[in-house]
Amino acid sequence: MTTLVLDRSGFQRFIRRIPPVYVFLILVFAGGAILDFTLSDGQMITNPAIQTNIFVRSVALGIVAVGQTFVIIGASIDLSVALVISVTAVMTSFIMQGDPAKVPLAILFVSAIGVVTGLVNGLIITKLKVNAFIATLGTTLILRGILNASFANYKGSIPRSFEYFGYGRIGPVPVSVLVLLTVVLAGWFILARTRFGFQLYGTGGNIEVARLSGLRTDRVLIIAHIVSSLTAVLTGLFLVSRLRAGAPWVGPDGVYDLESIATTVIGGTALAGGKGGVWGTIGGVLMFSVIDTLFNQLGVNPFMKNILRGVIIILAVASYTVRSKREAA
Amino acid sequence: MTDGMKNPAEETKPGLEPLLEVRQITKRFPGVLALDAVSVKFYPGEVHAVVGENGAGKSTLMKIVAGAYVPDSGEIILQNQQVNFAHPVEAFAKGISIIYQEFNLLPDRSVAQNIFLGREPARFGIIDMPQLNKNTTSVLEELGVEKLISPTTLVSSLSVAAQQIVEIAKAISYDSKVLIMDEPTAALTSVEVKMLDDLVRRLKARGMAVIFISHRLGEVFDIADKITVLKDGQLVNTVNVKDASPADVVYMMVGRALDHYFPPLGSAQDFGEVVLQVREASNDFLRDVDLELRRGEIVGVAGLQGSGRTELAQALFGVVPFKTGAIEIRGQTQMVKSPYDAIRLGMGFVTEDRKAEGLCPKQPIRDNMLMTIRALQSLFGFILKDGVRKSRKLVPTLGTQVDVRTDSFDREAQFLSGGNQQKVVLTKWLASDAGIFIFDEPTRGIDVESKASIHDLIRGLTRQGVAVLMISSELSEIIGMSDRILVMRDGRIAGALPAQSREADIMLVATGHPGRNGSDRGVETRKE
Repeated sequence: MTTLVLDRSGFQRFIRRIPPVYVFLILVFAGGAILDFTLSDGQMITNPAIQTNIFVRSVALGIVAVGQTFVIIGASIDLSVALVISVTAVMTSFIMQGDPAKVPLAILFVSAIGVVTGLVNGLIITKLKVNAFIATLGTTLILRGILNASFANYKGSIPRSFEYFGYGRIGPVPVSVLVLLTVVLAGWFILARTRFGFQLYGTGGNIEVARLSGLRTDRVLIIAHIVSSLTAVLTGLFLVSRLRAGAPWVGPDGVYDLESIATTVIGGTALAGGKGGVWGTIGGVLMFSVIDTLFNQLGVNPFMKNILRGVIIILAVASYTVRSKREAA
Repeated sequence: MTDGMKNPAEETKPGLEPLLEVRQITKRFPGVLALDAVSVKFYPGEVHAVVGENGAGKSTLMKIVAGAYVPDSGEIILQNQQVNFAHPVEAFAKGISIIYQEFNLLPDRSVAQNIFLGREPARFGIIDMPQLNKNTTSVLEELGVEKLISPTTLVSSLSVAAQQIVEIAKAISYDSKVLIMDEPTAALTSVEVKMLDDLVRRLKARGMAVIFISHRLGEVFDIADKITVLKDGQLVNTVNVKDASPADVVYMMVGRALDHYFPPLGSAQDFGEVVLQVREASNDFLRDVDLELRRGEIVGVAGLQGSGRTELAQALFGVVPFKTGAIEIRGQTQMVKSPYDAIRLGMGFVTEDRKAEGLCPKQPIRDNMLMTIRALQSLFGFILKDGVRKSRKLVPTLGTQVDVRTDSFDREAQFLSGGNQQKVVLTKWLASDAGIFIFDEPTRGIDVESKASIHDLIRGLTRQGVAVLMISSELSEIIGMSDRILVMRDGRIAGALPAQSREADIMLVATGHPGRNGSDRGVETRKE
């Protein structure tokens, strides 16, 4: 019966479950450390502060990339996250105006913006049957128009207490890193252990199969888009907490739209949907942070790092397609 | 079934109510009467095969039962109640499951996740993983396959047969009463067919009605209790397996008059030298293919679905090339490793799926016609200057040559009728001066009038010295057009027949049942 089931041992299966992006991450980190030692002071390995900083750098992109992973697993995509981040940052500091009492109001307000944006994205995609790329590009332009018409520069400020999110520490661990960890764990749990997660994989894997199994695929996709927008809101809150005031360009300048998609795909989530998860995505995000840190250490022109990022995106994704071809053969 | 007609098959189950019955089902598609007042009864604990030629209406009938199509008239009776399905989900909920040829599983999810998709055991939305695996194991146990398939295995790492079992397990987990399988054995090895056979017996023992569509009469006679034969959308008969022989069933499947005029066949003086010769060529789908094609002749390739007809065309044209063996074109050994090679060597391929492979529907007719010429030109030439001048002269010539009916060659190809689209595809190859034409289903989905003009065009090509290999699932077309007939089965050329052979003879070679009806007319069946 060996012809019937190509079974693997438990160990092999465990190894296969580790997203291959971590191999790249280790290689990049090791290569970076060697470069750092030979060309600079080698602090990437010796200085815990710099290592912690790798994680702090990952927070903004990491949180929103978890949401992007959700929509991409559902075979959709969300380009509007960068503008949701900007709107959140600007509105938060505008509403707070340095007043600690207004923190809950501001958070509630921007969360509502997130829910509405995700809902609108989801409805346009599922009910009007507009391609997700175009639909979220449309909402991006709408949000950008509203934002740029209303705010030109940094507006308002946040109270001291709200800086805790961006700068606070619990023992040696930054609060923001704990938030990121919580988001990743929650994302993993939802995808791997809840009905919604299972249905999202089904919807993204094959929408016809999902419908025939009685899934309400529209609802699943709409929820995924709301999740994506809410993670963008959380990233916006983190950024405004770091910057102390929001500006309209924080989202687009951080390229959170394309980078969240890139890290998701590097992490092994298929753009076609139905496959992947947040652990891979976070591996991709960490790799981007390692590259950033390395270039900082070496004092190289930061624009050069995009070259390395580009090479890594292509290599990583190419290695997956070669791998899956070999498996198919 | 009308009251007066007493069917011998029904008498064998006295007192037993049919589980599912279709009455006077009629379904019309544009230009085709797909089903014409078909009535069949399906009993519990019985395996019921539905057979017929391509286009006989088997799949349409099954899709109606499964809720994928709505019939124009007629009734579906499930356990004495009339049912109307607007969507497959409704049929599924009522206990009718269908397993299509293309699998409906999620490859990147586990067996358990597939079987219980949308019905996962959960509390407050959180999946109870141990329970999910336990439920899956018990479903697999019911089929006796729990040792072969683990609930946590990814579906993509299962073999085709195991995936099929997972689909059956999914159907059982819904407590289906009727299980429909469309060509379940098409992709299975003989060991796996045996397993499926055992599985089907288990389903029978559960009191399910198993319906399966198949082309392979051998398996039909092994597994089925009853056989329903459809032909041209009409019910021929329902018979008990033990009362019928494969030859009887083949006779019921074929034997109709040619339905339209074909141009006269070629004669000996029309045929010239061998332009294409293939020797002992094989790839993953084809084994030991030998064939010869002469100038001026049409060689028809018949065979059942999955017999390797299209794969043969794709191999010759370099789409999925042969791995071993030799191809000689005009006496010279050639490598055909890609369509580019084939086009350069003067081959043309009119594909089966016009919309996906033959035309760029959103481009103007003009550009479609000139596509192959441009493919042969240097990539760095200036298409603008050269292309415009060429197209001004060439396009109208080509258009009149095949009689494309359009007011403008700048119209997008998608707006043409099927017949006219096929003519545009033809001009691509006329423009590249191809000397060897391969047609795969040249008249599928084309109205009768255009069919005749396409047939005339193909015959006209041979008079200009072109060699034609024509693949068709319509036997009348094969017989009406071919100067020689090759019959494929299981990836081999199973037999060669002379012009104007009978449908029954072709079917016997194609199904692998050289029976008492055929062999007297010179059927040359190869030894395997």
